[in-house]
Order: sequence, then structure tokens, then C-alpha cells
Amino acid sequence: MSPMAGRARVFGDDINTDYIVTSRRKRESLDPEYLRHYLFEEIDPAFAATVAPGDLLVAGANFGCGSAMEVAVTAVLGAGIHAVLARSFSRTYYRNAVNNGLLPVVCDTSAIAEGHRLRLDGALVYNETTGESLPGEPLPAIMLAIVSAGGLVPYFRTRTDFDSVS
Amino acid sequence: MGMTLAEKILVRASGRESVAPDEVVVARVDLAMSHENADLVRKSFLEIGRPHVWDPSKIVIIFDHRVPAESERTATTHQAVREFVAAQGIRHFYDVGRGGICHQVLPENGHVRPGMVLVGTDSHTTTHGAFGAFATGIGATEMAGVWTGGTLWFKVPATLRILVEGEFRPWISAKDLILYIIGRLGAAGADYRAVEFDGAAIRRMTVASRMVLANLSMEMGAKVAFTPVDNTLLDWLRARTPEPLEQVAPDPDARYERVLRIDAGEDIWEPQIACPHAVDHVRPLSALGDVPVHQAVLGSCTNGRLEDLAIAARILSGRKVHPRTRLVVIPASQQIYRDAMRLGYLDTLVAAGGMIAPPGCGPCVGVHQGILAAGEACVSSTNRNFIGRMGSKDSQVYLASPAVVAASAVAGKLEHPAAIVKESEPCLVEA
Repeated sequence: MSPMAGRARVFGDDINTDYIVTSRRKRESLDPEYLRHYLFEEIDPAFAATVAPGDLLVAGANFGCGSAMEVAVTAVLGAGIHAVLARSFSRTYYRNAVNNGLLPVVCDTSAIAEGHRLRLDGALVYNETTGESLPGEPLPAIMLAIVSAGGLVPYFRTRTDFDSVS
Repeated sequence: MGMTLAEKILVRASGRESVAPDEVVVARVDLAMSHENADLVRKSFLEIGRPHVWDPSKIVIIFDHRVPAESERTATTHQAVREFVAAQGIRHFYDVGRGGICHQVLPENGHVRPGMVLVGTDSHTTTHGAFGAFATGIGATEMAGVWTGGTLWFKVPATLRILVEGEFRPWISAKDLILYIIGRLGAAGADYRAVEFDGAAIRRMTVASRMVLANLSMEMGAKVAFTPVDNTLLDWLRARTPEPLEQVAPDPDARYERVLRIDAGEDIWEPQIACPHAVDHVRPLSALGDVPVHQAVLGSCTNGRLEDLAIAARILSGRKVHPRTRLVVIPASQQIYRDAMRLGYLDTLVAAGGMIAPPGCGPCVGVHQGILAAGEACVSSTNRNFIGRMGSKDSQVYLASPAVVAASAVAGKLEHPAAIVKESEPCLVEA
């Protein structure tokens, strides 16, 4: 993965997928280009209007809990966000993120505040606003390969099976 | 060193000699289930560009979320999946009127067996741990990968063992037990974990009740959740499949991350309710006071089985649904629908003023068949009560056992079944 830098957009614990994209919007469309305009509309109505490509999502524990709907990942990607940092992820969101090319980074996010400038290089998070370095958990090789390919679909376009796990 | 059941199944499916929690393995998949979102899987599969799925006999597709089609868009989705299924030679396809809720239809038709690796594009796929399967929900994109090569990566989960002893008090069910556990452990209490339920109180449960535990374990984050593979289960399965069955079990010296002990009689004194708007927001019924309900829903992959309809029929027999309340009943499958009809449960429920909706997910996914208006409250035997889950974002959903749903339908407010049915009263409908 190439390094990325961006502005922190901060949420709390237990953000479920219905809060990321409501089931109501999901019924209207599955198109990320459409759904990006309604990201987090129930819990942060101003978010969609202020999100900018390159922003980084930051959350507390259990990010993406609830329904396994993949639009909760693809709508985030649709807004130009390429990584989510959280203290922990729900397993379905974590998997969906990897398989769609959204980088999930597990790290201690408690000292990151809204608007902080973050730099992400591999599993290392550097907070340019506070000068603090946060070690994230490195992704296992197979997941890194899938995220780097841009998700499972592009990954499988060039392979017939998963790379062997070392 | 001994292995948990999750580790044992993953060792075999990955061809490794051993696995440890947090390792990533690639495992072969024995069964791949999808519902309407097979259409999303289909699109990703076509993007990958293979002409044929890896093994059409291992794919099962069951329409349940929007049956019969509630919109032209759904009708078009159904149509696209039907055409794909025919073109790929996928024989295990349960169209509208042929099946019911995927998690009921799979075991009912003998698709699930102990020791399998089963993936489904539905988060409540954990249900099939009640049949000894390593069963978990995955996304549509990774299902396209499974359709391509028949394998998937898994992070080996650590295991939480939950031992339940003791006798349940009257009117207390598997639903109350699992809500109690989720309330204690929290929405992420079993995140990424395998759960193994065992103990005398679990082994006495019907297969239908065990499915409730495995199903709702997802709501505390579990990746998979097993109940014991014992003679009760094997007898149930033998009636539904001619395939050989294996009695898989964890090793006696397996390593557990944590062991939780519960005494059903001592720890759970009264019905448990998951209050708005979180499944782990669990309170005992008596702590809630007067909560009027406008709708009562009996159904879903959690509690739409024959024993659930039986207890509701017992409570509603000779009574009427309260004037301010609507009762929506959804048998989980065509088979359950027919059984409940034959046994008179549906007649009892309709006579009481209930409405029977067709087997499927019904209002639980907020699409149709009982959407809530702003300001309305619903008591439901389903599995999620998030904001707006069943309709208006200003509606409220209380999750409860089928008995509490039925009692509340009569009372027009959250109610204990014992307040409706007196112990001495004859049971008019045999379960």
C-alpha cells in the first residue's frame, strides 16, 4: 500500500452499518456515488457535505457492527475515503473492507480528534497535528495483497485461487 | 494439544496440521448460501470473469428478504437471479413459495451437516452452528470469490465457552437466555470469537431452541456459535438427510479464551427484553413498567418456528389481540406454515385477530409487511432493534421471546405471559 495522508473524521464506539448508511437509503440505491451523499446522515447530518476525498475515518471500538451490508464500505470508498482507523472493527465490516479495497487499521484512536492531520504508512499512523506516532496492527499478508489489489474482484482477475498463506 | 470445535473444523478444511487463534488460513467451503443478494454476488462474479461457478451443487439460493416481490426493482432482481441459476445449473434454488427464510430452509432440507464449513451472504448464518457447522456470514464480494474458487480466507477465532446448567423457570425460553447473555457481554462481547454452548440446560433444548442461541450470537459479534452435536440433533438430521453424519465435538482439553457459567434457574428470573435501540440494551421485563405496543411481530430466522407459533397459539387461544395492537405472524418456512396450519395454530392466531404473512423475513428488514409509523412501538420476536430497522426512525422495537410477544399482543403493552395464562388453565393447543 502506498502511504496516505488526510484529515481525521472522528466517530465514537459501536457505529453500526445502519448509521453509516441507513437501510432506507440502501433501499433507494446501492450506488456509492448516490449513497456518499447520505453517509452518517442519522448521527452526523453535516458529514456528507463536508467530506473530502482523502479524508480518513477514525472510530472507537466495534466499528461497523450490525448488518453485514457491503454498501457501508462501498459508500465510504465512494466519498474518496481509503482507510478507516478504529480501536476495533466488527468482523463483517473488517472483511468487507479488505474485500473491497478499504484499508482497515486497528490502532488506539483515543487521542485523535476531529480535523487532525494524519499520515498512514503501512501499519504506522503518524498524527501530524500532535506529533504522536501510533503503531497499528499490521495486516496479514493475504489481506494486504487483497486491499492493495483494490479488493477481491480485481485480486481474482489475475489469479485462480488465493496466494498460499505463509 | 486439544482443539476447540472451530479449530478442528478449520484444520480439516485448510489441510493444516494445527491452527491457532488469529492465524489466517484459506479453507475449502462446503456450502455457499445466498438470498436475494445473490444478484450482487452475480455481478461481482461476472466482473471477475469466470464462465462457470466452481461447483453448482454446493451453492444454495433462497429468496426470503422480499417475497413475494414488493417492487418492480425486486422483481427485476429476482428475475436476474433466476436466469443466472438456470444458466449455471444451480439446482438448490428455493423460489417464492418453495422455501421460506434461508436459515430455516437450509437445515429443513438437509443441506447442513456437522463439521461443514458453511458461508452465507447473511449475517445470521451463525444459526447453522446449531447443526455443528462452522457457519458464518460473509459479504457479497467475497461470496463471488467463493463461487470462483470454492475457498475463502478465515482468521482463526478464539473460543468463548458458555456452560448453562439448571432448570429454566416457567415461560423462560432460549430467547431469554441469549438476550440475558448478550446483555451481560455486550454487542462486541464475542467479536471475532467462536462461541461453544454446552451444559445440561442446552442439551435438553429442542433443535429449534438451539438455533435461537446460534442465531443471536451474531448480535454479540460472534463469527460462529456452536451447540452440541448430540443424539437430539443427529435424530433431527437423520429425518432430513440420507447423507452420513459425523459427531464432531471439541477436545476435552481444548483451550478456551474464557468460560462463562450460567445457571438458568438462578440467573434468569423473568423474561428478558432488548430495549431500543440496541440488542445489548437488555432489561428484565419488570424493570420496564407500562410500555404500550402498537404492533407485535412473531417470526424471523430467530423465532418463527413451530414451537414459537405453538406457544403463541396457546397464549392467544380463546383471546383477542388488544384493540390498539396489530399482530403479524410469519411462519419461518412453507413447511412450518403447513405444520402450523395442520395443528390448528394458524386458525387460533387468526381467530384472535392476528394476520399471517407469507414465510420470509417480513418487517424485520424494514421492507414490507408491517412497517412502523413515527411514535409507534413494536414488540418483536426478531433479532434487531436499531433505529429505523422496522420503519420510521422515530419508532421503537422491543425484542422479546415469542411468549412475551403473544402476551403483549393480548395486553396491548409489554406483558408477562403468566399474567395472561394462569397455571391452572388447560392448555388448549398441544405443542
